[in-house]
Amino acid sequence: MAENTVKKIATRESYGNSLKELAEEFPNLVVLDADLAAATKTGIFRKAYPDRHIDCGIAESNMMGVAAGLSLVGKIPFVSSFAMFAAGRAFEQVRNSIGYPHLNVKIGATHAGITVGEDGATHQCNEDIALMRTIPGMVVMCPSDDVEARAAVRAALEYEGPVYIRFGRAAVPVINDHPGYHFEIGKGTVVREGKDVTIVATGICVDSALGAAKMLEEEGISAEVVNICTIKPLDEEIIINSAKKTGKVVTVEEHSVIGGLGSAVCDCLCANHPVPVKKVGMQDVFGESGSAAALVEKYGLDAKGVYKSVKEFL
Amino acid sequence: MKNLELQKRANDVRKGIVTAVHGAKAGHPGGSLSAADIFTFLYFEEMNIDPKNPDMEERDRFVLSKGHTAPGLYSALAYRGYFPVEDLPTLRHLGSYLQGHPCIHIPGVDMSSGSLGQGISAAVGMALGAKMENRDFRVYTLLGDGEIEEGQVWEAAMFAGFRKLDNLCVMVDNNNLQIDGPIDQVCSPYPIDKKFEAFNFHVINADAHDFDAIRAAFKEARETKGMPTCIVFHSLKGKGVSFMENSVDWHGKAPNDEEYAVAMADLDKIEKELEKAGEQ
Repeated sequence: MAENTVKKIATRESYGNSLKELAEEFPNLVVLDADLAAATKTGIFRKAYPDRHIDCGIAESNMMGVAAGLSLVGKIPFVSSFAMFAAGRAFEQVRNSIGYPHLNVKIGATHAGITVGEDGATHQCNEDIALMRTIPGMVVMCPSDDVEARAAVRAALEYEGPVYIRFGRAAVPVINDHPGYHFEIGKGTVVREGKDVTIVATGICVDSALGAAKMLEEEGISAEVVNICTIKPLDEEIIINSAKKTGKVVTVEEHSVIGGLGSAVCDCLCANHPVPVKKVGMQDVFGESGSAAALVEKYGLDAKGVYKSVKEFL
Repeated sequence: MKNLELQKRANDVRKGIVTAVHGAKAGHPGGSLSAADIFTFLYFEEMNIDPKNPDMEERDRFVLSKGHTAPGLYSALAYRGYFPVEDLPTLRHLGSYLQGHPCIHIPGVDMSSGSLGQGISAAVGMALGAKMENRDFRVYTLLGDGEIEEGQVWEAAMFAGFRKLDNLCVMVDNNNLQIDGPIDQVCSPYPIDKKFEAFNFHVINADAHDFDAIRAAFKEARETKGMPTCIVFHSLKGKGVSFMENSVDWHGKAPNDEEYAVAMADLDKIEKELEKAGEQ
């Protein structure tokens, strides 16, 4: 398929669509938002099920508590806001009112990472994975495309307990649309086999990793690409096995290199099979305004950037 | 239950509070004692609950938003039969189920709480869930007067007022003291009643230590339709224990053995007076 004909869709759109599609199957599902229904795409659900959509106004801390209360009387709340406000502003509410009592609340956080774009650093959350994965019992997922995002929403509803899912604002290529695709919480996927280096990626960076692998192949470097959608609990087996095979690991994420996928992979490898690791991501800096594509390029998260990082590393 | 009976139960609850905090060598007696009559009325008269079936689906719910006064809640739950009174001194001990702040795994505790400002939001969510399904249970939540300095309280109040959650009863234990001093000298939240009125609550001011007033307030709350109710309970911090009354020092400190003996003697005296009153 030629590049320009690849289907693109933002994972926030997938989120809104799947909430609507799953509404009948999960009659206890209710959706909460904080005055961002148009942006988070829960508006799609609201249009079809207005009585099951609760706009809490611009008050994320209260929204998390309301979700906790709803879950305690039998509802399955999907709470939505931008990642900055869901995981950032309301961190302590998520920790104490949802995580500590281990409630059946799902958090759908959109506009994660720098692909928020023009809004700039205040709204580009590069810390949410780090924050959420420190909460005991919290499942943390970061889908790579439309197919995976839809599967993650369904899996979250089928799972009993708190779940955080990270969605993006920008349209991204659909890469998992093939027969035999299977999704399971806590399971990674080898999306491309290789023997010289392992690229472990999450979210929109899986596509960049695949692009980089193609460029490396032209130079005779065989890169294995592992898609990690569930950052917690981490699929340690798939990472250890790939590291054993290649001996070198590069992690790629649209998130700070502190506390995110890269840190999780390092934790795993340090304890089980130490190999050199390079972490590609936001290098302890804030983002800035710009188009999503320009930012991804500037911060080295596109295929070319990942290719360069891998080359420097080898 | 007659007022005298309630007073006796409340005195037991106060003994349980002092005993628990003494056993823990830490904890918050002042705000537990100021709310002891409220806890007693809620668990012995007001709420539709069953200690033998703590998870009964259509039970009324209670969220202790001012979670540091867990000794008061635990003592009321113990005396109501949720768990043995003898367990109260294990409060805060390693391995005890009686955690320093309310934990959802304790029989009778409907929500983990203690980080101030968060309990009211959970209560609001429960009340909203009941409304969405036309379920009849009511939801009660108790806040400290210092706690309402937290911004989240007003996010929750705005939401509850806007959504007309008349199955929600918010209570403020207005004992006028917080850790750093009198609330009107730290960062005054007064006027408390007018603030909740402005957030579209029906507001009742009541004496927190007069069971006629407490009973009347809850009745009025139950009969109020179309808006949530806030009862501002005017209380005395440390109520019942002479040296703890109206003293900021006893917000979060446990009595030593000597002080414990004095506190229990104070409460024994009250118990004797109540027994005497019963004989007359």
